[in-house]
This record gives sequence, C-alpha cells and structure tokens, in this order.
Amino acid sequence: MATPLSVAARLGCLLAALALPASIVCADEPPPFSPPGSFTDLGHFAHQDGATLFRAICQGCHMADAKGAVGAGYYPALAGNQKLASATYPALVVLKGRHGMPAFGDYLSDAQVAEVVNYVRSHFGNQYPDALTQQDVTRLR
Amino acid sequence: MRSVQNPLAISRRDLLRKIGLSAGAAMMYQAMSTLGFARESDYKGPIELSGAPKGASILILGAGMAGLVAAYELRRAGYSVKVLEYNHRAGGRAWTLRGGDEYTELGGARQKCEFDPGLYVNPGPWRIPYHHHAMLDYARRLKIPLEPFNEINFNAYLHSSRAFGGKPQRYRHIYADYHGHIAELLSKAVNKGQLDAELTAEDKEKLLESLRVFGVLDKDYRYAKSFATSESRGYDSERGAGQMPPPVLSTPIARDELLKSGLANYLVTPFDYDLTPSMFQPVGGMDQIAMALYRDVAPLVEFDAKVTAIGQDERGVSVTYVDARHGGEPKEAHADWCLCTIPLSILSEIPVKVSEPMLAAIQSVPYEASVKFGLQFKRRFWEEDERIYGGISYTDLPIQMIGYPMSGMNEGGKGVLLGGYVWGTNAYEFTAMTPEQRVRKAVEIGAQIHPQYPAEFENGISVAWHRSPFTQGCFANWSDDARASHYANLCQIDGRIALAGEHVSRLPAWQEGAVLSALDTIGRMHQKIVATA
Repeated sequence: MATPLSVAARLGCLLAALALPASIVCADEPPPFSPPGSFTDLGHFAHQDGATLFRAICQGCHMADAKGAVGAGYYPALAGNQKLASATYPALVVLKGRHGMPAFGDYLSDAQVAEVVNYVRSHFGNQYPDALTQQDVTRLR
Repeated sequence: MRSVQNPLAISRRDLLRKIGLSAGAAMMYQAMSTLGFARESDYKGPIELSGAPKGASILILGAGMAGLVAAYELRRAGYSVKVLEYNHRAGGRAWTLRGGDEYTELGGARQKCEFDPGLYVNPGPWRIPYHHHAMLDYARRLKIPLEPFNEINFNAYLHSSRAFGGKPQRYRHIYADYHGHIAELLSKAVNKGQLDAELTAEDKEKLLESLRVFGVLDKDYRYAKSFATSESRGYDSERGAGQMPPPVLSTPIARDELLKSGLANYLVTPFDYDLTPSMFQPVGGMDQIAMALYRDVAPLVEFDAKVTAIGQDERGVSVTYVDARHGGEPKEAHADWCLCTIPLSILSEIPVKVSEPMLAAIQSVPYEASVKFGLQFKRRFWEEDERIYGGISYTDLPIQMIGYPMSGMNEGGKGVLLGGYVWGTNAYEFTAMTPEQRVRKAVEIGAQIHPQYPAEFENGISVAWHRSPFTQGCFANWSDDARASHYANLCQIDGRIALAGEHVSRLPAWQEGAVLSALDTIGRMHQKIVATA
C-alpha cells in the first residue's frame, strides 16, 4: 500500500536529476544543503559520498563521533558497534528505519545507502573489510 | 515531507498539499482520512468522571499536554495522582523559549536564549485552529487569553530562488494574477465554444459572469493593468489625499512568467482545513495553556525523573526511574494504574511490560525531523520597511518559511522572527549542524529574502527536534501500513497500563491530538477502574 510519504518520495524523484555533486568541504564545516526542490519535491539528499552523507544526516542523531547520545532515551553508538558485523543489518535499518528512526529508503539511492553504510563500517573503530555494493542494496529494498 | 508539516505538523499538512497538487484530490482525501484530517476534533465538552474508588492511584508518565490534562482531570475526579517528568519543566513540546532560558540538546550543545524581555519563540506548536475544540475549551476554562494567529498575510512573500531573479514576490500579486490569468484562460475556452459539451448556454453565461468578478477581468474578459486590477493586487504607489500625486497603477505579472515560477503552488497553503482562519495563539507564548494546567497540579509532579523501566502485575504498576540531572540510586513509584505519555521514540527504548501487540506498536512509528529558529533583530524591519504584520513567507530555500510575530505588531522596537521552519532533507541537514552553524546558516539564507538581516540580526536559537532529549523527534509519523497494523493495539488498556499523546491520536503533531488522546484514554481507564472496583 502506498503511504503518503512513499508517494511523496516518488514525486521527489522526478527532480532528483537536479541534484548537485557533493562538493568537498573541510570536516568542521557542515556539508552544503541538498538543492531546493520545486514545491512538489520532497527532497532527495544531494551528497553522494559516504563521509558527506554521514555528516549531513547520521550525525544529527548518532553524533559527529558516532558515539550516540543519551537523554530520556538514547541513540545507539555506531562507533565500535558489533551489530555492524553484517552489512545487511545497517543497510536495512537505513532503508526501512527502526523504532523511532525514520526510513531513508525514499531519500537515498541504492548507491548512497551503500556509500554511507560502507563509510560507517570502516570508520569510528569499525574495521569490516567487506563492502556493500549498490546491487546488494537493490536486493534489500 | 517538507511536506509533512504541522504546528508541529506543518509537515504533514504540506505533504498533503503536495499530494493534492500532484496526485489529485482523491488521493489527497484518502491521505487526509488516513491522517485524520478530514473530520473535526471530536470533543464533547469537559469530561465527566464520577465515582472514582476511594484511594485509587494513577501514575502518569510525562508532563506534556497529554499528561497535564490527564493529571488535571483525574485529580479532580478524586484519584490519587503522581506525575513523573524527564525535563526540569512541564509542558513538553508545548514550549516557549524566552530570554534567560537554557536548552541543552542531545550531544551536549547548550544554547542560552538571549531574547529581550517580552520576546519569545515557540519551538513546538505555535497555532490553534478554530476547530480544535478541546484546546480552545481548556484555554477558556483556564482563562488563558488568545490572540489571532494570521496564517495568511497578503503582503508577505512567496519566494523561489529560481524565479524572478530570486526576488521575493508579494503573496497578493501571485494570488491576484494567478486568479486573473486562469479566469481569462477559462473565459477564452468558454467563448470559443470549447466547453460546449460540458455547459448549457445558461451555465456558460453564469460562469463567464463569475469569472469576470473572480479574476477581475475587463469587459472583453481580459486580465490587464487597470484601476480595477490595482484595487485587487495593490498599487505601485499608494492613493493619497489633497495635492498628493495620483496613485501609480501596478502591472500584473505576465502569465508565462508566473506559471514558470511555480509560485502559484503555494497559494493553497492557508486554505488547508487545519490552517484556515480563525487561528489562535495564547498571548505570551504557546506554553501558557500547559503552564496553567501545571499550576493546578504542580505538587503532584516530580521533575528530572528519567523512567528506566515500566512493570506491572495483577495488583498494580511499578515504574523505575533515576534522577536525570544527578544520577544516583534508582527509585520506584507504585500505583494501581499507569498512564504513559512518553513519546514512542523514547518508550521503544525502555523495558515496558505490556503485551506483544502493544510492544510491536510502540516499536513501529518513526519520529519526524523538523527544525525551528528564533532570531532576534534590532528592529522590526519587516513591519517598518516592508509592511508585513504577522503571517508567513514561504521559500524554496532550506529555511522553507519565515514566520512574523503576531504580537506587538506596529509597536516598534525589537522583534523575534521564526527564522525557519524546516522539514525533509533540509531538516536532517540542519539537525546535523551545531546550533551556532544552524543559526548562522539561517541568517545567511534569510538575507536572500530580507536583505536587512545582516545589519539587524542580534541573536538566535534553534531547536532541531531529533536532538531533543525528551522526544528524539518532532512527532509520530504514522504510515498507512503502521496505522492499519498497530494503531488499535496502541490504544488498548494493556492490563493496568495505557498510553496517551499525539502519537495515540489521528491528529498527530497537534496539541489537540494529545489532549483528545488523554481524555479518551482516561475516560476508558476510569470506566475500567469503576467496573473492577
């Protein structure tokens, strides 16, 4: 069944061609914004490489050091997280969401999901040698 | 999704608007029904709870609107009530930031609000529609004065960075000219007989007559520069008196340029059912209603209580919590019943002893990203220079909106703008920044609409809702699938535990949803208690 968000995301894809290539910025500067859409564009992240995607999206909750955060509840650390041992798990969480975390499947292409998962699994104390491919992500959708 | 908009929820509203624009009214209605927008608030007046068993106790988790309304009503009904609240204040998302307030977001970044006295921003809900009967009733009963919230301002801007050389356009120009051009086009089609299959001769005559009025067309059914169109869209220089020069007529925007800009797509915004006049805000800040409820139940509320486990057996409930500020030994609270208003984003991370179906429901609802800004300026240039009093400007830039204060209008002095209300991809990108970066960006971007920004800006604060320690998100963004599979299970009284909040409503993100949810749940809980006493 189509959800309003998935319908909206499909509309957004019409304008994905407008996405600009991610520019190189120094690490303490935020990445540039995804380009403004038309009124019916619900947004698609512009950034293509894993590091920039992490800094534009993931660190909002999981923090810049990927150590997560604790308040009334918590955001889990991605740093040194053994749940990342299988690349499938983080890819599914990014695509479908988990608990309060929204799904990013409509916001990100398969290549972008692979990029950001591979980045997290090879940084922040994570050293998993196997990499996720775009085709792997396509199969998980 | 920039879409998923609302008071908090402007996003969903925007989403619906976009669906409506792009996919047609039928899909929009379907989506509206799903999200519960197609009907009015189902409020029947003050709740009657009589016959509470002597000594029966109810533990309420959370002192936002749902928890406060529940505490207020249950105490009146004679229950023994206790409220645990994570924050060091009541109100939850019904929250107003004023000078001197401090806010520490997840990750530890601390902001101090430096607004002048009397100025404020509502980082959560900021408006109350006329059909939110429960909210209006509580405001009346608690004697909280309201003032108009003018959602629509014909002199505010519609702005596209990709049209009109990036120059913002007055809402009234886009409004008048779009209506004028479509009325002219439709008249042409009628006069050429292109709609003869659809219309009788009488229909045609009536339609043409109404199009001439609706679009301010001339006798030849043209939309063109004239006194009449300037009376509709405004003059280039105003009408004066005595020996002042005569007014200068304004020139409508050419049809192709207007269509190419896409700005007409914004016109529907203030005509959503949830946003049409009359809209209200409490005088002095949105937290006023919550604060009035809190004053009534203050002795019952324990702040800084971080709930770590929620248990129950056949005799009662037990809730484990720790001091959120100072830590230390876990404490336990016991009661006969528990009303839990903790957002699902938090509750899904806490061990809670309820049935599998309710647990599955608790774990199935994502919380939306949204960011708001309050920016203080040395003078109210939007009023003094641009004659914008209240209302909202819309832009395709990442700040998405600029909201003008609806209080203190035309009084001069300083003012605080809602410097952005952001959804979708840009909301995640703003959230991922430090508070300083966010405010700097909002000022930099806003200057494209109001060039006075850099010279007049004084200080700013931002709330990125995914970094809110007490909600981890803006509101419960139910999908159709999740609603169909889990909503009914979330609404059950599970043994001695029941849930309430905007997430347990069909008005997600609205305070009305939280209040109706509290009233619905405590009504059912009371019946169950009386029946089993």
